[in-house]
Amino acid sequence: MAMDIVEELLKGNVLALSRAITAIENEYDNASEIMAKLYPHTGHAFVLGITGPPGAGKSTLTDKLAKAYRAQGKTVGIIAIDPTSPFTGGAILGDRIRMNSLTLDDGVFIRSMGTRGSLGGLSHKTADAVKAMDAFGKDVIFVETVGVGQSEVDIVKAADTTMVVLIPGMGDDIQAIKAGILEIGDVFTINKADHEGADKLVREMNMMLDLNGMMMDWRPPIQKVIANQGEGIKETIENVTNHFKHIEANGVLAERRTKRTRNEILDVLNTSIGKHITKNLVATGDLDKYVEQIKNHETDPYTVVASVMKKMLK
Amino acid sequence: MDKPIRVLVAKPGLDGHDRGAKVVAHALRDAGFEVIYTGLRQTPEQIAKAALQEDVNVIAMSILSGAHPHLFPKVVNLVRAQGQEDVLIIGGGVIPDSDIPALKEAGIAEVFTPGTDTSDIVKFINENVK
Repeated sequence: MAMDIVEELLKGNVLALSRAITAIENEYDNASEIMAKLYPHTGHAFVLGITGPPGAGKSTLTDKLAKAYRAQGKTVGIIAIDPTSPFTGGAILGDRIRMNSLTLDDGVFIRSMGTRGSLGGLSHKTADAVKAMDAFGKDVIFVETVGVGQSEVDIVKAADTTMVVLIPGMGDDIQAIKAGILEIGDVFTINKADHEGADKLVREMNMMLDLNGMMMDWRPPIQKVIANQGEGIKETIENVTNHFKHIEANGVLAERRTKRTRNEILDVLNTSIGKHITKNLVATGDLDKYVEQIKNHETDPYTVVASVMKKMLK
Repeated sequence: MDKPIRVLVAKPGLDGHDRGAKVVAHALRDAGFEVIYTGLRQTPEQIAKAALQEDVNVIAMSILSGAHPHLFPKVVNLVRAQGQEDVLIIGGGVIPDSDIPALKEAGIAEVFTPGTDTSDIVKFINENVK
């Protein structure tokens, strides 16, 4: 690659930002170096996580919220994550369909990402993609993902404020406790509020949140929205802003960011060590040797790991 | 696993028929590609911008309105001008055979007309993507 990705990215070159994210996603050799150089330029953006079940209207809502932030003069980055097929490794990333009107706005950068399997370190890659956009100078960065499963929850935890989008007609209030969404949401949005059952859902959510035993000094607000008509967008932005101001003032933001940095170090460390050891085991042929020994009942995986650790990490 | 090839499937112009594009999108997904689908009625500028932000390896355009002699080359020019020299750009849809040489001249790597087996598209992409 001829161009200096970091230098160009910091100058505002969109192609450089795009290639930096590819390097992060594909774990190219230069990814760590890019991140190291971008790191000092990060920490300015507000990161908003948006999650909810498929079809809740997350992309439409993101589109409308992004426009509202643009109207305030803020630049916007969007990372839209869709599932990768566990069978073929392929994916259809269709979130842009709802965001077409943002495409030609130079103040907006949208990137679609596939989950690429749970072993791919998605949350770590997403966090790095957020940092690349942050260093590029984006003021508000959306991370939009289907809120099912651990890896998605991990992604959303990387946000400053997390919005959970729900819609009426998806089952009773027990679903809400089951999915753990009550704990993760800082702000709740009931989209498609013109559909039947919206008021009931709001009532149920209010009750659940009131019952939520955790010592909370922030009671997540619930806002009814009709995203495709732009209704409730202003109030939603206010809720988000209020939450951010709240955690900024009471120290929770600093706490979250500290925790995030801690997780980041451990994440990068674990991934690097794991990769290093695996590479070595495969290259030396030791892995096959161990497999053979275990097959012959000469040893077991735990003994093997203990001896590998002893050898590699002394 | 190798890094998945990223393909932007786009519908330039004003026709509202995306059955073909969706069939192709599914076939490409099943071949292990990451397909970014942007929906109907895209301008060349929107397609180029999406290709830039998504850092795709391939742009696959489908058109049934007859506007391909104008729209396909325009996308090629915009994409090249933004520094994406290596992106493979292919087209498909209702395109008369007599138009194909000019499209190739303009930088469309291959044109797939009705009746094409989707596996041929997959094969072409695998063999030609840089």
